[in-house]
Amino acid sequence: MNLNTQVNTHQSTNTLDTFSQGVKDCIPTLLGYISIGLAFGVIAITSDLSVFEIFLLSVLVYAGSAQFIFCGLYIAGASFSVIILTTFIVNLRHFLMSLTVAPNLTRYSPLRNIGFGTLLTDETFGVAVTKLMKEKHIGGNWMDGLNITAYLTWIASCTIGGLMGKWIPNAESWGLDFALIAMFCALLVLNLVDIGKSKLMHYLKLIALLVIILYVLLYFVPGHLAVLIATVIVATVGVVTEK
Amino acid sequence: MTTTVPMILLMLGCAFVTWLPRVIPFILVRNIELPDVVLRWLKYIPVCILSALVIESLFNAEGAIVTFDWLNLSAFVPTLIVAVITKSLSKTVVVGVVSMAILRYFF
Repeated sequence: MNLNTQVNTHQSTNTLDTFSQGVKDCIPTLLGYISIGLAFGVIAITSDLSVFEIFLLSVLVYAGSAQFIFCGLYIAGASFSVIILTTFIVNLRHFLMSLTVAPNLTRYSPLRNIGFGTLLTDETFGVAVTKLMKEKHIGGNWMDGLNITAYLTWIASCTIGGLMGKWIPNAESWGLDFALIAMFCALLVLNLVDIGKSKLMHYLKLIALLVIILYVLLYFVPGHLAVLIATVIVATVGVVTEK
Repeated sequence: MTTTVPMILLMLGCAFVTWLPRVIPFILVRNIELPDVVLRWLKYIPVCILSALVIESLFNAEGAIVTFDWLNLSAFVPTLIVAVITKSLSKTVVVGVVSMAILRYFF
Protein backbone atom coordinates (compact mmCIF):
# COMPACT_ATOMS: atom_id res chain seq x y z
CA MET A 1 0.00 0.00 0.00
CA ASN A 2 3.05 2.25 -0.22
CA LEU A 3 1.85 3.29 -3.65
CA ASN A 4 -1.25 4.88 -2.20
CA THR A 5 0.65 7.11 0.17
CA GLN A 6 2.81 8.14 -2.73
CA VAL A 7 -0.27 8.98 -4.77
CA ASN A 8 -1.88 10.87 -1.89
CA THR A 9 0.85 13.49 -1.95
CA HIS A 10 -0.50 14.55 -5.33
CA GLN A 11 -3.99 16.00 -5.69
CA SER A 12 -6.31 13.41 -4.19
CA THR A 13 -8.80 13.76 -7.07
CA ASN A 14 -6.17 13.23 -9.75
CA THR A 15 -4.64 9.76 -9.33
CA LEU A 16 -2.82 7.55 -11.75
CA ASP A 17 -5.38 5.90 -14.02
CA THR A 18 -3.07 3.52 -15.84
CA PHE A 19 -3.37 -0.14 -16.67
CA SER A 20 0.03 -0.82 -15.09
CA GLN A 21 -1.00 0.86 -11.82
CA GLY A 22 -4.01 -1.50 -11.75
CA VAL A 23 -1.70 -4.46 -12.28
CA LYS A 24 0.53 -3.24 -9.43
CA ASP A 25 -2.40 -2.79 -7.06
CA CYS A 26 -3.56 -6.31 -7.90
CA ILE A 27 -0.25 -7.94 -6.91
CA PRO A 28 -0.94 -8.10 -3.13
CA THR A 29 -4.11 -10.11 -3.83
CA LEU A 30 -2.44 -12.56 -6.21
CA LEU A 31 -1.19 -14.78 -3.40
CA GLY A 32 -4.83 -15.24 -2.42
CA TYR A 33 -5.94 -16.07 -5.97
CA ILE A 34 -3.06 -18.50 -6.43
CA SER A 35 -3.70 -20.29 -3.10
CA ILE A 36 -7.43 -20.63 -3.65
CA GLY A 37 -7.04 -21.41 -7.37
CA LEU A 38 -4.55 -24.22 -6.68
CA ALA A 39 -6.75 -25.58 -3.89
CA PHE A 40 -9.74 -25.45 -6.21
CA GLY A 41 -7.93 -27.30 -9.00
CA VAL A 42 -6.86 -30.06 -6.61
CA ILE A 43 -10.35 -30.46 -5.15
CA ALA A 44 -12.00 -30.34 -8.60
CA ILE A 45 -9.80 -33.20 -9.81
CA THR A 46 -10.90 -35.29 -6.85
CA SER A 47 -14.51 -34.37 -7.76
CA ASP A 48 -14.07 -36.07 -11.14
CA LEU A 49 -13.72 -32.92 -13.24
CA SER A 50 -11.16 -33.05 -16.04
CA VAL A 51 -8.40 -30.44 -16.30
CA PHE A 52 -10.16 -29.00 -19.36
CA GLU A 53 -13.39 -28.68 -17.38
CA ILE A 54 -11.52 -26.94 -14.55
CA PHE A 55 -10.08 -24.49 -17.07
CA LEU A 56 -13.50 -23.89 -18.61
CA LEU A 57 -15.21 -23.42 -15.26
CA SER A 58 -12.67 -20.82 -14.12
CA VAL A 59 -12.98 -18.98 -17.47
CA LEU A 60 -16.79 -19.01 -17.51
CA VAL A 61 -17.84 -18.72 -13.86
CA TYR A 62 -14.76 -17.03 -12.34
CA ALA A 63 -15.96 -17.14 -8.74
CA GLY A 64 -14.07 -19.05 -6.05
CA SER A 65 -16.79 -20.08 -3.64
CA ALA A 66 -19.28 -20.87 -6.41
CA GLN A 67 -16.74 -23.12 -8.13
CA PHE A 68 -16.13 -25.06 -4.91
CA ILE A 69 -19.86 -25.48 -4.39
CA PHE A 70 -20.26 -26.51 -8.04
CA CYS A 71 -17.83 -29.38 -7.41
CA GLY A 72 -19.55 -30.38 -4.17
CA LEU A 73 -23.00 -30.48 -5.74
CA TYR A 74 -21.77 -32.15 -8.93
CA ILE A 75 -20.06 -35.01 -7.08
CA ALA A 76 -23.16 -35.35 -4.86
CA GLY A 77 -25.19 -35.86 -8.05
CA ALA A 78 -27.39 -32.77 -7.67
CA SER A 79 -29.69 -31.89 -10.56
CA PHE A 80 -28.60 -29.17 -13.01
CA SER A 81 -31.36 -26.82 -11.85
CA VAL A 82 -30.19 -27.11 -8.23
CA ILE A 83 -26.57 -26.43 -9.21
CA ILE A 84 -27.50 -23.37 -11.28
CA LEU A 85 -29.89 -21.98 -8.66
CA THR A 86 -27.30 -22.45 -5.89
CA THR A 87 -24.62 -20.75 -8.00
CA PHE A 88 -27.00 -17.83 -8.52
CA ILE A 89 -27.67 -17.43 -4.78
CA VAL A 90 -24.01 -17.81 -3.84
CA ASN A 91 -23.00 -15.09 -6.31
CA LEU A 92 -25.90 -12.72 -5.67
CA ARG A 93 -23.67 -10.71 -3.30
CA HIS A 94 -21.85 -9.46 -6.40
CA PHE A 95 -24.98 -7.42 -7.16
CA LEU A 96 -24.32 -5.30 -4.07
CA MET A 97 -20.62 -5.09 -4.87
CA SER A 98 -21.24 -3.97 -8.45
CA LEU A 99 -23.83 -1.47 -7.27
CA THR A 100 -21.23 0.02 -4.92
CA VAL A 101 -18.50 0.33 -7.56
CA ALA A 102 -20.62 1.19 -10.64
CA PRO A 103 -21.59 4.82 -9.76
CA ASN A 104 -17.88 5.70 -9.87
CA LEU A 105 -17.42 4.52 -13.46
CA THR A 106 -20.50 5.84 -15.30
CA ARG A 107 -18.36 8.20 -17.40
CA TYR A 108 -17.14 5.22 -19.47
CA SER A 109 -18.95 3.58 -22.42
CA PRO A 110 -21.64 0.91 -21.83
CA LEU A 111 -19.36 -1.75 -23.31
CA ARG A 112 -16.52 -0.92 -20.94
CA ASN A 113 -18.95 -0.91 -18.03
CA ILE A 114 -20.11 -4.40 -19.00
CA GLY A 115 -16.42 -5.35 -18.96
CA PHE A 116 -15.92 -3.90 -15.46
CA GLY A 117 -18.96 -5.82 -14.20
CA THR A 118 -18.11 -9.10 -15.89
CA LEU A 119 -14.74 -9.30 -14.13
CA LEU A 120 -15.84 -8.05 -10.70
CA THR A 121 -14.95 -10.42 -7.85
CA ASP A 122 -14.86 -10.21 -4.06
CA GLU A 123 -11.16 -9.36 -4.21
CA THR A 124 -11.20 -6.77 -7.01
CA PHE A 125 -14.21 -5.22 -5.29
CA GLY A 126 -12.19 -5.10 -2.06
CA VAL A 127 -9.21 -3.47 -3.74
CA ALA A 128 -11.41 -0.98 -5.64
CA VAL A 129 -13.39 0.16 -2.57
CA THR A 130 -10.18 0.45 -0.56
CA LYS A 131 -8.82 2.76 -3.25
CA LEU A 132 -12.12 4.67 -3.32
CA MET A 133 -11.99 5.06 0.46
CA LYS A 134 -8.47 6.50 0.26
CA GLU A 135 -8.59 8.51 -2.96
CA LYS A 136 -12.32 9.07 -3.67
CA HIS A 137 -11.67 8.16 -7.29
CA ILE A 138 -11.07 5.15 -9.56
CA GLY A 139 -10.33 5.07 -13.28
CA GLY A 140 -11.23 2.66 -16.06
CA ASN A 141 -7.71 1.77 -17.15
CA TRP A 142 -6.75 1.08 -13.55
CA MET A 143 -9.87 -1.08 -13.16
CA ASP A 144 -9.02 -3.05 -16.32
CA GLY A 145 -5.44 -3.62 -15.15
CA LEU A 146 -6.70 -4.88 -11.80
CA ASN A 147 -9.46 -7.07 -13.29
CA ILE A 148 -7.49 -8.66 -16.10
CA THR A 149 -4.49 -9.48 -13.89
CA ALA A 150 -6.80 -11.14 -11.36
CA TYR A 151 -8.73 -13.01 -14.07
CA LEU A 152 -5.68 -14.47 -15.83
CA THR A 153 -4.03 -15.40 -12.53
CA TRP A 154 -7.20 -17.18 -11.43
CA ILE A 155 -7.52 -19.21 -14.65
CA ALA A 156 -3.83 -20.18 -14.54
CA SER A 157 -3.92 -21.13 -10.83
CA CYS A 158 -7.05 -23.28 -11.16
CA THR A 159 -5.66 -25.08 -14.20
CA ILE A 160 -2.24 -25.67 -12.63
CA GLY A 161 -4.00 -26.90 -9.48
CA GLY A 162 -5.89 -29.38 -11.65
CA LEU A 163 -2.64 -30.57 -13.24
CA MET A 164 -1.00 -30.95 -9.80
CA GLY A 165 -4.10 -32.61 -8.35
CA LYS A 166 -2.84 -36.10 -9.00
CA TRP A 167 0.18 -35.51 -6.75
CA ILE A 168 -1.41 -33.54 -3.92
CA PRO A 169 -4.26 -35.57 -2.52
CA ASN A 170 -5.28 -33.30 0.36
CA ALA A 171 -5.13 -29.57 -0.34
CA GLU A 172 -7.09 -28.63 2.78
CA SER A 173 -4.35 -29.70 5.16
CA TRP A 174 -2.08 -27.09 3.59
CA GLY A 175 -4.25 -24.29 4.96
CA LEU A 176 -4.69 -22.84 1.47
CA ASP A 177 -8.47 -22.64 1.86
CA PHE A 178 -8.00 -20.08 4.64
CA ALA A 179 -6.33 -17.62 2.23
CA LEU A 180 -9.73 -16.26 1.20
CA ILE A 181 -10.82 -15.45 4.75
CA ALA A 182 -7.42 -13.93 5.51
CA MET A 183 -7.74 -11.72 2.42
CA PHE A 184 -11.24 -10.53 3.39
CA CYS A 185 -9.89 -9.80 6.87
CA ALA A 186 -7.03 -7.67 5.51
CA LEU A 187 -9.32 -5.81 3.09
CA LEU A 188 -11.72 -5.13 5.96
CA VAL A 189 -8.94 -3.67 8.10
CA LEU A 190 -7.70 -1.55 5.18
CA ASN A 191 -11.21 -0.17 4.74
CA LEU A 192 -11.46 0.75 8.43
CA VAL A 193 -8.02 2.38 8.70
CA ASP A 194 -8.76 5.77 7.18
CA ILE A 195 -12.27 6.55 8.35
CA GLY A 196 -11.59 8.55 11.55
CA LYS A 197 -12.27 7.81 15.20
CA SER A 198 -15.95 8.72 15.62
CA LYS A 199 -16.90 6.91 12.42
CA LEU A 200 -14.80 3.93 13.43
CA MET A 201 -16.85 3.53 16.64
CA HIS A 202 -20.02 3.60 14.54
CA TYR A 203 -18.64 0.91 12.25
CA LEU A 204 -17.43 -1.30 15.14
CA LYS A 205 -20.92 -1.17 16.66
CA LEU A 206 -22.36 -2.13 13.28
CA ILE A 207 -19.94 -5.08 13.06
CA ALA A 208 -21.03 -6.22 16.55
CA LEU A 209 -24.65 -6.05 15.37
CA LEU A 210 -23.65 -8.01 12.29
CA VAL A 211 -22.28 -10.83 14.45
CA ILE A 212 -25.60 -11.16 16.29
CA ILE A 213 -27.76 -10.95 13.16
CA LEU A 214 -25.59 -13.46 11.28
CA TYR A 215 -25.72 -15.87 14.20
CA VAL A 216 -29.52 -15.79 14.28
CA LEU A 217 -29.84 -16.00 10.49
CA LEU A 218 -27.61 -19.08 10.31
CA TYR A 219 -30.37 -21.03 12.06
CA PHE A 220 -32.75 -20.34 9.19
CA VAL A 221 -30.84 -19.86 5.92
CA PRO A 222 -27.62 -21.12 4.30
CA GLY A 223 -24.43 -19.15 4.93
CA HIS A 224 -24.27 -17.29 1.63
CA LEU A 225 -27.83 -16.05 1.96
CA ALA A 226 -27.18 -15.07 5.58
CA VAL A 227 -24.22 -12.92 4.43
CA LEU A 228 -26.43 -11.14 1.91
CA ILE A 229 -29.40 -10.52 4.26
CA ALA A 230 -27.21 -9.44 7.19
CA THR A 231 -25.31 -6.99 4.95
CA VAL A 232 -28.54 -5.39 3.72
CA ILE A 233 -29.97 -5.09 7.26
CA VAL A 234 -26.81 -3.70 8.86
CA ALA A 235 -26.08 -1.22 6.03
CA THR A 236 -29.62 0.08 6.51
CA VAL A 237 -29.09 0.38 10.27
CA GLY A 238 -25.86 2.20 9.43
CA VAL A 239 -27.65 4.88 7.38
CA VAL A 240 -30.45 5.29 9.95
CA THR A 241 -28.06 5.66 12.92
CA GLU A 242 -25.40 7.87 11.29
CA LYS A 243 -24.89 11.37 12.63
CA MET B 1 -9.66 -32.08 -23.63
CA THR B 2 -12.37 -34.21 -22.09
CA THR B 3 -15.83 -32.93 -21.37
CA THR B 4 -19.41 -33.56 -22.38
CA VAL B 5 -22.09 -31.39 -23.95
CA PRO B 6 -24.34 -31.48 -20.83
CA MET B 7 -21.36 -30.41 -18.71
CA ILE B 8 -20.68 -27.42 -20.98
CA LEU B 9 -24.36 -26.45 -20.90
CA LEU B 10 -24.32 -26.68 -17.10
CA MET B 11 -21.25 -24.44 -16.93
CA LEU B 12 -22.81 -21.93 -19.34
CA GLY B 13 -25.92 -21.86 -17.15
CA CYS B 14 -23.83 -21.17 -14.07
CA ALA B 15 -21.81 -18.55 -15.97
CA PHE B 16 -24.99 -16.73 -17.03
CA VAL B 17 -26.51 -16.55 -13.53
CA THR B 18 -23.14 -15.37 -12.16
CA TRP B 19 -22.76 -12.75 -14.89
CA LEU B 20 -26.20 -11.13 -14.45
CA PRO B 21 -25.81 -9.78 -10.88
CA ARG B 22 -22.31 -8.57 -11.72
CA VAL B 23 -23.32 -6.61 -14.81
CA ILE B 24 -26.89 -5.38 -14.18
CA PRO B 25 -25.84 -2.66 -11.66
CA PHE B 26 -23.31 -1.26 -14.14
CA ILE B 27 -26.09 -0.85 -16.74
CA LEU B 28 -28.67 0.28 -14.17
CA VAL B 29 -26.70 3.23 -12.76
CA ARG B 30 -26.10 4.62 -16.25
CA ASN B 31 -29.81 5.05 -16.80
CA ILE B 32 -31.06 5.85 -13.31
CA GLU B 33 -29.69 8.53 -11.01
CA LEU B 34 -29.47 6.84 -7.61
CA PRO B 35 -31.07 8.89 -4.80
CA ASP B 36 -28.76 10.33 -2.16
CA VAL B 37 -29.99 7.94 0.53
CA VAL B 38 -29.10 4.93 -1.65
CA LEU B 39 -25.60 6.32 -2.27
CA ARG B 40 -25.18 6.79 1.48
CA TRP B 41 -26.43 3.22 2.02
CA LEU B 42 -23.91 1.91 -0.51
CA LYS B 43 -21.07 3.51 1.48
CA TYR B 44 -21.78 0.94 4.22
CA ILE B 45 -21.71 -2.05 1.88
CA PRO B 46 -17.91 -2.60 1.71
CA VAL B 47 -17.34 -2.89 5.46
CA CYS B 48 -20.62 -4.77 6.02
CA ILE B 49 -20.13 -7.36 3.31
CA LEU B 50 -16.44 -7.97 4.08
CA SER B 51 -17.27 -8.34 7.79
CA ALA B 52 -20.17 -10.65 6.99
CA LEU B 53 -17.98 -12.89 4.82
CA VAL B 54 -15.35 -13.15 7.57
CA ILE B 55 -17.79 -13.63 10.45
CA GLU B 56 -19.85 -16.22 8.59
CA SER B 57 -16.73 -18.36 8.22
CA LEU B 58 -16.18 -18.24 11.99
CA PHE B 59 -19.49 -19.96 12.69
CA ASN B 60 -20.36 -23.61 12.26
CA ALA B 61 -24.01 -24.05 11.28
CA GLU B 62 -23.90 -27.78 10.61
CA GLY B 63 -25.30 -28.98 13.96
CA ALA B 64 -28.63 -28.27 15.66
CA ILE B 65 -27.03 -25.34 17.47
CA VAL B 66 -24.89 -22.76 15.66
CA THR B 67 -21.47 -22.74 17.35
CA PHE B 68 -18.08 -21.22 16.67
CA ASP B 69 -15.89 -22.89 14.09
CA TRP B 70 -13.01 -23.19 16.56
CA LEU B 71 -10.39 -24.04 13.95
CA ASN B 72 -11.20 -21.01 11.79
CA LEU B 73 -11.53 -18.81 14.87
CA SER B 74 -8.08 -19.90 16.12
CA ALA B 75 -6.48 -19.10 12.77
CA PHE B 76 -8.46 -15.85 12.55
CA VAL B 77 -6.95 -14.34 15.73
CA PRO B 78 -3.30 -14.17 14.53
CA THR B 79 -4.54 -13.22 11.05
CA LEU B 80 -6.50 -10.24 12.37
CA ILE B 81 -3.59 -9.13 14.57
CA VAL B 82 -1.20 -9.18 11.61
CA ALA B 83 -3.75 -7.36 9.42
CA VAL B 84 -4.15 -4.58 12.01
CA ILE B 85 -0.40 -4.22 12.65
CA THR B 86 0.96 -4.54 9.10
CA LYS B 87 -2.06 -3.36 7.06
CA SER B 88 -0.60 -5.57 4.34
CA LEU B 89 -2.69 -7.92 2.23
CA SER B 90 0.07 -10.32 1.30
CA LYS B 91 1.52 -10.61 4.83
CA THR B 92 -1.95 -11.24 6.23
CA VAL B 93 -2.66 -13.98 3.70
CA VAL B 94 0.68 -15.70 4.41
CA VAL B 95 0.13 -15.61 8.19
CA GLY B 96 -3.46 -16.85 7.74
CA VAL B 97 -2.46 -19.80 5.57
CA VAL B 98 0.53 -20.75 7.76
CA SER B 99 -1.59 -20.50 10.95
CA MET B 100 -4.21 -22.76 9.44
CA ALA B 101 -1.61 -25.26 8.21
CA ILE B 102 -0.03 -25.42 11.69
CA LEU B 103 -3.43 -25.81 13.38
CA ARG B 104 -4.44 -28.61 11.00
CA TYR B 105 -1.13 -30.36 11.62
CA PHE B 106 -1.81 -30.55 15.36
CA PHE B 107 -5.61 -30.97 15.46
